[in-house]
Formats: sequence, C-alpha cells, structure tokens
Amino acid sequence: MQDRYISIEGISRAYPAPGGGVTTIFDDLWLGVARGEFVAVIGHSGCGKTTVLNILAGLDVPSSGVVVVDGKAIEGPSLDRAVIFQSHALLPWKSALGNVAYAVASRWPKWSRGEVSAKAMAAIRLVGLEHAAERRPAELSGGMKQRVGIARALSIDPKILLMDEPFSALDALTRGTLQDEVRNICVETGQTVFMITHDVDEAIYLADKIVLMTNGPGARIAEIVVNPLPDGRTRNDVHRHPAYYPLRNHIIDFLVTRSKSFDGELAAGRPWDARNPPLVNPVAPERAPLAPVPVPAGPSGEAVEAGPVLTQAQRRRTT
Amino acid sequence: MTKPIDLRAGAVSLLILVTFLLAWHLTVSGGSGVQKMDPEYAKLMGITTTQGKSAMPGPLDVGATLWGHLKDPFYVRGTNDVGLGLQLGHSILRVMAGYLLAMAVAIPLGFLIGMSPLMSRALDPFIQVLKPISPLAWMPLALYTIKDSGASAIFVIFICSVWPMLINTAFGVANVRKEWINVARTLEVGTFRKAFTVILPAAAPTIVTGMRISIGIAWLVIVAAEMLVGGTGIGYFVWNEWNNLSITNVITAILVIGVVGMLLDQLLARLGRLVTFPE
Repeated sequence: MQDRYISIEGISRAYPAPGGGVTTIFDDLWLGVARGEFVAVIGHSGCGKTTVLNILAGLDVPSSGVVVVDGKAIEGPSLDRAVIFQSHALLPWKSALGNVAYAVASRWPKWSRGEVSAKAMAAIRLVGLEHAAERRPAELSGGMKQRVGIARALSIDPKILLMDEPFSALDALTRGTLQDEVRNICVETGQTVFMITHDVDEAIYLADKIVLMTNGPGARIAEIVVNPLPDGRTRNDVHRHPAYYPLRNHIIDFLVTRSKSFDGELAAGRPWDARNPPLVNPVAPERAPLAPVPVPAGPSGEAVEAGPVLTQAQRRRTT
Repeated sequence: MTKPIDLRAGAVSLLILVTFLLAWHLTVSGGSGVQKMDPEYAKLMGITTTQGKSAMPGPLDVGATLWGHLKDPFYVRGTNDVGLGLQLGHSILRVMAGYLLAMAVAIPLGFLIGMSPLMSRALDPFIQVLKPISPLAWMPLALYTIKDSGASAIFVIFICSVWPMLINTAFGVANVRKEWINVARTLEVGTFRKAFTVILPAAAPTIVTGMRISIGIAWLVIVAAEMLVGGTGIGYFVWNEWNNLSITNVITAILVIGVVGMLLDQLLARLGRLVTFPE
C-alpha cells in the first residue's frame, strides 16, 4: 500500500432534505495522498468537491468518517494546511504585504516585527509582487490578488497546500502564468497539494493524480487517473505528448457521460471498491511510451502567450 | 467637469439664500403703521407693538444678535444670562458624556450579539421593545432614580444613542464576509485576535454608520431634554428666550443648533471615511 500522508477515510456529507429524509451529497469517500504528491479532484458542480476540500481544511466537518493527516485525525483548521481560496479572500484593509505578514505572524507569534516582515516579503518576492507589496487588494488586478493569496499560503511553510479552484476567476493568460508559477514552486519544494478544479487542462498540467468524482447527490470517487505525462512537462509542450490526448479524452469522456452513468456501470456489474478506487492509466503502454518526447523548449515567456491559445485550438479539435 | 457643477450649485445655493433672506426681510418689515390701542395695553405688549413693527425679527436683527453672540460667547452675567458659547458647551458636554457611555455599552454588546446567534435571539425581544421608546419618556424615571437633572439628561442621551450603535454593530459583526473569518480560522487565529484584527476592521464602516446616526439623534434629543431639565444648555437657552419673548435669540439659537449638528455629523463622516476600505 502506498504512503498515505493524507488519508480520507469513508467521509460522507448529508443534509436534511426539504421533504423529510436526507440528501447525501457524497458518500463513503476513501482517498490517500502521498507526501509530495499533487492531487487534483475534478467533477461537476454539486458533487461536493469544495466540501471535501473544506473538510480537509478543517473548516467543515464530515457527517461521518474521518480524515487523517500525518497519522492524526484532523480536528478543525490548522496552520499545517494552508488554503488558497477561490476568491483570494484577502483582507481589503491590509496591504499585500500586510496580508501575508498577518499569516506569518499567526504562524510564528513570537517573531519580531522585522522577522515577520522579512519572511512575508520573501513570499511576496516568490510570486513576483515586490513592486506591489504596499498596495491594497483593491489596487491589484485579479491575477495579482491571487498571487498574494498564494504567497500568503506559502509563507507559513505548510505541510499541505489546499487549493479551491484557485485560478477559475482569472483570465486565460493570467491563469496560464500562475499555473506555471505554482507548478514550479510545488515541484521545487516538493509540496503536497490537494486541488479542486473543473478545468481538465489545468488538472493534466499540474496534477500527478486526477481524482474523478461522479455527479451528486450520492457522489463517489469513480477512479483515480494516474498522469502519464513526464514530470518535466511544460505548458507549451504538454499537448504534443502522445499520452496527452488519450488522457484528456478519458477525462472528458468521464465528465460528459460517465460521471452521470457511473452508477449504471456499477449496477451492470463493474468491479469497484469504494475503499480502493481503481488507479487508471488511460494510456495503453504499447501505444504510448511514458518516456518524455523531445520538444523544442521555447523561452519561458513564450509559454505564457502560446499556451492558452493552443489549448483553445485543441479543445475545438477534441470536442 | 466637477468644478463647473460645484460652482453652479454654489451659485444656485447663494441665489436661494438671498431670495429667502429678501422675502423674510420684506415680509417682516411690511408693517401697517401704528395701531391704535389702549396705552395701558400697549405698555403691556412692549415696544414692538407700539412702534408698529412685527414681533417677528428680520434677518438683519438676527444677524446683529448672532454677531453679538459670536463676539462674546462665553460671558456669565447671572444664572439666566450666560453666553451662547457656554450654553452650547454644556450641551456638547452632555451629548459627549451620554454618547461615550452609549458607545462603551453598545459596541461590546453589539459584538456579543453579532458573534453569538444565541445572544442575538435572546436579546432581540428586549431591543425590539426598548428601541421605539421616545428617549424623553425615560426622563421622569431618570429624574426619580438618579435624582440629578444633569445626569438625567446624560442618561436620556445615552438611551437614545445606544440603539443605532448597538444594532449597526451587531449587524456589521454578524455580516463579516465568511471568507475573511475562514482565513482567520485556517491561520488558527484566537478569538480575541480575530475580533480585533478581522471582525472589527471588517465591521468598522457599519459601526461608524451607526455612530453617525446616533450622534444625529443625540443632538436632536439634547435640545428637548434641556428644555425639560432646565438650568443650562442650548435647549434651555431656547426655552428661556421664548419665555423672554426674544424671538431673535430663538432664531439665532436654532441656526446655531443646526450648524453644530452639521459639524458633529461631518466629524463622524470623516471618521467613516478613515475606516472604510475599498473592495
């Protein structure tokens, strides 16, 4: 069995239904995340993926089941698990630096003002915002705000980074740049990441494993797709890899049809165990070697412009 | 294009003021000559009647009186002849005392109500019943229990300014954006630090709005309260000058009450701008 740094053990979430009875949003979810792994959860709205993330963050509690992190069941929020919120959630009366410093001062309450400020500034520098450190969130663009959100989460040296659709509110170009930065930071620091997304390309580019959730109510983890693309992938070569389309098509097929029909598949006798959702590699080994394909690597600045445009073109071709 | 419209608005304001003053002046000075009356009765009625002038002063009279008060606002020539500045000072001190007391009660209590749904529901019926009571209705009770007219006036100011602050604080605190609270929670910020570093700044604009409503009500009520308790203050001054049949002084006082009320409001508006954050 793999190393389970984060272990989601049979969690469910139920609400009282309006007409009596209960509505189960998701039921009996089991999932393990290894140390240093980047896991993305993908599924339609209403499958409860944000609730799963909130439970991991300690902001919400499951109706049943537990989540164990590093051998301990989680009880409420912790500084070990930093959250990057979808809506950035910056405190508007503090500057960018002030927002990060607030997190740093919460993490190390005994630090002097100078130490806190130096650590916060280092995190601001990591996301390339040193020129805007003194600006308030209202004076920052959407992408810059989310950068501050990322800096705030990274500044406290978390064991786990939780991201709730972190780039969904951004325009395509900004999203691409930020995805590159997050990927670089996570690869360099070996950060354990749990991300919620509904963007297939984002999941393929960033994640080591992609968790496919069926539609709610009664959502399940149908399968866990292992990303066959090489670790050294960059955003402007990822779509040229032979494994890219099989992977992408597999996920899109799931989202378009199988997320609805999965319960039917189970009824038809598909073997499936909630405790051990199947690990799927959508690329047949004989069709696509897992070795990286040599691709002329352009300067990193080029990647920013070319990425989303190409992805748009690809999207048209695949659908 | 803001400057021209400001200038134009100023010109219109000036025009309205001049028209009003002129109309006032003409209405008041248009007397119909000396009326024939019994000299004994004329003596009783005083000089205004005997000279055929209206008892209503014109804008020039009021201006002269106002200038007199402004030249020497702080004289004391006996208990009933005290400078307008001193009277205003008494009123402002009472308002400040009652208002600060109300702040000291309303803001912490509003925090409690805003943060605790239980206390919010438990205290709601009391607030709903107490809030619509005219502050002056408390006056006899205050006089009876406190047995001091000055303190009673302060109590009346307290009771009238406590509600807007309490309700706005509770509303502001209860409606702090959930995501900001979640940020504090994920950073394991303690309750007190959370209250001061997240909830207070987030609710501050709403709280200051409540404070601004309160200072307005307090300034309305102090005039009525001082008419009742007497002795000192701008409300007492108005009533005393009415008893003296000095309409000129009454109008002067009305003008001054308006200006001071506006200044108090502007003060709170400025405070509001300080704590408001752009989103």
